Amino acid sequence: MWIRRIARHGAAFLLTTLIAGLLGATLVRFGPGFETDEQQLDPRLNVQSIQALHASHAPERNVLAFYIQYLRNVATGDLGVSRSLARPVASLLSERAGVTLQLIGAGIAAGWILGLALALPAVWFRAPLYDLACTALGGAFLCVPTAVLGLLLFFANGPVRFAIALLIFPKVFRHARNLLTDAYNQPHVLAARARGLSAARIFLRHVTPWAAPQLLALAGVSFGIAFGAAIPIEVLCDLPGLGQLAWKAALARDLPVLVSLTIIIAAFTQLTNAASDLAIAACAPERA
Amino acid sequence: MKRAHNIAVAVLVLIFAASLFAGLIAPAPYASQFRDFVSASASHRFWLGTDDLGRDRWSRLLYGTRISLLLAPAAALLSTLLAVLIGGIAGYAGGWWDRVIARVIDLFLSLPWLFLFLIVRALLPLNTSPLTSVIVTFTVMGLVGWAPAARIIRAGAQSLRHSDLVLHARACGCRGLRLVLVHIAPNLRPVIFAQFWIAIPTFILGEASLGLIGLGVAEPLPSWGNLLRELANPQAVAGNPWVLAPLAVLVIVVSCFQLLLPNKEFSS
Repeated sequence: MWIRRIARHGAAFLLTTLIAGLLGATLVRFGPGFETDEQQLDPRLNVQSIQALHASHAPERNVLAFYIQYLRNVATGDLGVSRSLARPVASLLSERAGVTLQLIGAGIAAGWILGLALALPAVWFRAPLYDLACTALGGAFLCVPTAVLGLLLFFANGPVRFAIALLIFPKVFRHARNLLTDAYNQPHVLAARARGLSAARIFLRHVTPWAAPQLLALAGVSFGIAFGAAIPIEVLCDLPGLGQLAWKAALARDLPVLVSLTIIIAAFTQLTNAASDLAIAACAPERA
Repeated sequence: MKRAHNIAVAVLVLIFAASLFAGLIAPAPYASQFRDFVSASASHRFWLGTDDLGRDRWSRLLYGTRISLLLAPAAALLSTLLAVLIGGIAGYAGGWWDRVIARVIDLFLSLPWLFLFLIVRALLPLNTSPLTSVIVTFTVMGLVGWAPAARIIRAGAQSLRHSDLVLHARACGCRGLRLVLVHIAPNLRPVIFAQFWIAIPTFILGEASLGLIGLGVAEPLPSWGNLLRELANPQAVAGNPWVLAPLAVLVIVVSCFQLLLPNKEFSS
């Protein structure tokens, strides 16, 4: 059962990641201005040099051939060389991944802690005013572009990663509050209460296992939400992460960088979703 | 709650009307430059001051609101139509169609929306006319933003396909397009409407994010996205709080859309 589940996730992961890479390559290849290069505007270059620059795109013209060759190179650890930055893609990615992972990781963690910390009192004390205040606060942050929050924090010398937390926490708060309220209304929780079990025991033994699967599902999609927000934050706050690299590569139509980034992001999102699915299967097999 | 809904509707109608009649209300065209009043403070003549090119901010805000408020629903409509088509086919047809389309939806969901949009938008020419840039920005938004809605519509169509009402209709001889149009589509309407409504603030915020990084609507045409670019200059913000006016309008409009979200059971 478990082996089948993991194999199914693995196959879906591989297929989706490979198709995502091909999709990225196809989009870049057929985008207007694909073979143009800023270097071609250099007045010092003669006709032969410009033709040589033009010819250097030849291996990328057939997108399928390019992609197969790219995958072969990936198997040997070679992700190609960035056209716009003239550096190996692997080193660009490894240099910048830390910044993005730190930004996203800290943002997601802070968002979850804040969201749960606000949701638990809302469920325990059921104070309408508190609930309204938290909902309004969360709703207000959802109405501001995350990039603007990042900029404001940047100018205030605050932690920029908190902008991602401010995007994640309203979603966590709303989801956790609804789930936990439902959990406390379950017949088995009412029965446990009637039998005089302590509040802590009810929460840990009866409420948390009931709500955990759906919370884990939200945890799985948090990465995608956070990465989407990280792109404009990194661009505007000049953080040298993968989001900024994606922006630069997209503007320069840098095929090797974009394909590698698409594959990595698709793989990471798939991995986090698969991990949350497997965690759900582990803690609530009937709901997986 | 009812009062909050009414207020939200009133505010949206007011802002929408003001933007629609921008030509009458705005004291100057959005691209007019007052070169003797560059970066002017708020005054009787320029209610929100002027930008660093001497353009009246209040006029630009009115015209920018019109663009964002008219085109975000258009993009939402496009993405919802795509979602209905793709999700509806998957949910109704079932079998291989469903499996293949479900993988395609997963593929689109595995790439963060803004990343996908960034790639597609940046691949299109950046030196287009302002009007083309508006159309391109919002069309691409509609074309890449259908996946979350398609997943929900697919689930809705799936549950309807196995419902008693469809079984009954089939037993009465109702087939094909008639079954879809008469029995399935009307029952999916609340879900479809909820997805459309959710998409509008998402696209408004998406355009704002893209405008901030220079990939949204091209100058001199104003939109909330490129009006917010002034925020990237801390000195401008510190000395001129009215630079924040586009942000305030954006927050108010998105809040109103959030307040008016249809029944939650259709939203997620």
